[in-house]
Amino acid sequence: MGASTQKASTRKERADGIVAGRRTKAQIADNFSDLHPPLAPHEAAVAADRCYFCHDAPCVTACPTDIDIPLFIRQIQTGSPMGAAQTIFDQNILGGMCARVCPTETLCEEACVRETAESRPVEIGRLQRYATDTAMRANKHPYDRAAPTGKTVAIVGAGPAGLACAHRLAMLGHDVVIHEARPKPGGLNEYGIAAYKTPMNFAAAEVDWLLSIGGITIETGSALGEAISLDGLRTNYDAVFLGMGLGGVNALRAEGADMAEDAVSFIADLRQSADLTVLPIGRDVVVIGGGMTAIDAAVQSKLLGAENVTVAYRRGQEDMGASRFEQDLAASKGVKLMFNVQPDAVKGDGKVEAITLTYTETRDGKLEPTGETATLPADQVFKAIGQTLVAVPDGLTLEGGKIAVTGPGRTALADVWAGGDCAAGGEDLTVTAVAEGRDAAMDIHAKLTGAA
Amino acid sequence: MADLTTDFLGIKSPNPFWLASAPPTDKEYNVRRAFEAGWGGVVWKTLGEAGPPVVNVNGPRYGAIYGADRRLLGLNNIELITDRPLETNLEEIARVKADYPDRAVIVSLMVPCEEASWKAILPRVAETGADGIELNFGCPHGMSERGMGAAVGQVPEYIEMVTRWCKENYDKPVIVKLTPNITDIRYPARAAHAGGADAVSLINTVSSITSVNLDNFSPEPMIDSKGSHGGYCGPAVKPIAMNMVAEIARDPQTAGLPISGIGGVTTWRDAAEFMSLGCGNVQVCTAAMTYGFKVVEEIKAGLSRWMDEKGFTSTSDFVGRAVPNVTDWQYLNLNYVAKARIDQDLCIKCGRCYAACEDTSHQAIAMNPGRVFEVKDDECVACNLCIDVCPVEDCITMERLAPGTVDPRTGKVVEAEYANWTTHPNNPSAQAAE
Repeated sequence: MGASTQKASTRKERADGIVAGRRTKAQIADNFSDLHPPLAPHEAAVAADRCYFCHDAPCVTACPTDIDIPLFIRQIQTGSPMGAAQTIFDQNILGGMCARVCPTETLCEEACVRETAESRPVEIGRLQRYATDTAMRANKHPYDRAAPTGKTVAIVGAGPAGLACAHRLAMLGHDVVIHEARPKPGGLNEYGIAAYKTPMNFAAAEVDWLLSIGGITIETGSALGEAISLDGLRTNYDAVFLGMGLGGVNALRAEGADMAEDAVSFIADLRQSADLTVLPIGRDVVVIGGGMTAIDAAVQSKLLGAENVTVAYRRGQEDMGASRFEQDLAASKGVKLMFNVQPDAVKGDGKVEAITLTYTETRDGKLEPTGETATLPADQVFKAIGQTLVAVPDGLTLEGGKIAVTGPGRTALADVWAGGDCAAGGEDLTVTAVAEGRDAAMDIHAKLTGAA
Repeated sequence: MADLTTDFLGIKSPNPFWLASAPPTDKEYNVRRAFEAGWGGVVWKTLGEAGPPVVNVNGPRYGAIYGADRRLLGLNNIELITDRPLETNLEEIARVKADYPDRAVIVSLMVPCEEASWKAILPRVAETGADGIELNFGCPHGMSERGMGAAVGQVPEYIEMVTRWCKENYDKPVIVKLTPNITDIRYPARAAHAGGADAVSLINTVSSITSVNLDNFSPEPMIDSKGSHGGYCGPAVKPIAMNMVAEIARDPQTAGLPISGIGGVTTWRDAAEFMSLGCGNVQVCTAAMTYGFKVVEEIKAGLSRWMDEKGFTSTSDFVGRAVPNVTDWQYLNLNYVAKARIDQDLCIKCGRCYAACEDTSHQAIAMNPGRVFEVKDDECVACNLCIDVCPVEDCITMERLAPGTVDPRTGKVVEAEYANWTTHPNNPSAQAAE
């Protein structure tokens, strides 16, 4: 994202209500450009030189997919970005997306010893992008498939978990069919992440690149519980991997809650919009929640031209799910972060006019309203208070509302595995989903080939 | 600010920093710029015989070795001596010297190994008013194929012979520039001394291939798919140069022979180190070729400030000061026992010390839970590798065990007395203490 300069706003930009065209095409292009621009070769060489090649490196420990980070950085340093990409893809076939969307500030880069030493870690995320971009530009898929095993596996959901699982299985010689409920594959990469983190249609390009290994078919518009059933899949395939994510959203308990829109729908619409100047946005936007989705919705509201954007989070800053980097990013775009406030009432007659928030405090470990309130003008309210698993098939055990798994994604059913956000445990991150999909694939492979 | 004025062989210069004979001193234009920038002197790029000048390649002459961020660590060249007519150079030298009487102007020479050739050129150089000559017995490429440069410098008898011719036919100081491409630098230095040289300067460049083009399978720099070895210089050769300087400085046969130090001098610290090893001044080339003539400002200011801090008023106060501490291995104190110490507050937990010690050395560092690295005194031999690989300065240090304490590695009490290999019981040639 380029540094935007603030000029006096125009009447059109200040228009009340939820309207389109608050920003020109040029402003939109600037606002939604790459959050972390790619490194040029010399920049990459300099950045790579900073890596100390630590013993038993803390960054690798911090990476959910266990990428050998010091090795791939050394490969960049020695002029072999293709080799670096191979090191990354061996562990994480969605290394390109993860380079863009991973909260590196709380994973590898937080663990980097140079963060300890000088509060300036090696730029692992950007280096990973440099390597994976180089490899993906080469337009030759880096893996060949093993000899066909004759086994077929059904995967539900073409998100990060499903795609990672499918690729590994295809590589090992199995045939894979992915059933995806939405019109396009990619899952949250395609529908759920801020546009400035993955511009230029990267999510779709990455899926195409991943599928070029062969052996993977994607059936879109094929939702579990509708077009397909788990029983049917179990009958027709040798194994099933569930990676359908979380299809529902939590309900907001507040007066007028039905006027609040789902942040995930807003982000999905934004991601699928070919022209953001026609996407309407409020003048005064309030986002309820404190996770990455809340920040993504808030920042993008601001970038679309909302005049005032507030994130209202019911707990303190230290409990916020969004990383400090994300909070600072939001603040730098002019988003106001309010802590210890929860929605009391969304007000308005047919359309949102204001939101009343109640202040909270923690008493005896319990969050309690103080009775003190604040009312903010609002013409658009988004709720980003968590997502839920829907349409759970019979026969699976649940844990905390998600599919219970043991080890590499094994469910209560011997021929069904699960991973990604729909499975219990782990953080709801793209990179975690990739790791779970990959590990489940290895376990499925072992099972199908009689090695386990 | 300390006075940097230097007297080297009776040649005065406002500072001890001369530009070495090389491309930066090939022409009047460059040398005038150098003097305006503040250099104390120049050794004019090597002149050859009268007549048609040598020719250079028309493709790349330099190859490079880079460190992080393309920092130039080493440079290699296949350039020959000056390719401009002798007359032109002599006229320019005379003009420049006349205009800068306070600066040192030395003329580097390389003509065939025949007395007549030297007798022909020396009077011509004398006419310019230059302060002295430097005999180029060093260039390892091109000219050496024609029996000059390093081809002379590798044969002590030739060095002595030519030096003597020059002393007989030239009144001002004669400096002999030595090639490092030999097995023992003391022999050519002794030969120069025997021939009557007023000083030696070293090192010239080291024969080298800096890189191989892996598409064409040719050394770089590549000229039409072929490469030839060049001469290596720059920061990378400094350790080699300093050792050779020290060997000459402490050789009884050449004791007191003035030395002009050359080899990777880039900063004031480099200059101070060379001079403390016995160099009356230093010559610089690669640093200027990398950063321009302005680098001399840092070198001058830095050396002067350091001299102030040390209380030195003249460069002669510290020239040679490190020479008595350069000794043979056999005289090192074997009763000096040290152990590595890791400062846990400074440690950033990279584990490089552990990897280095565990994989390649003495298994003397423990990796404890929480990535806490600790020295095992019963294994540590104080080799220093952990310090050398640690990215944090002063995080690991060496601590001397006080006499009377027990070294956990050997179980022996550390003795206070100095004792070396010459008297060690394991040495078959040891002289028993009387």
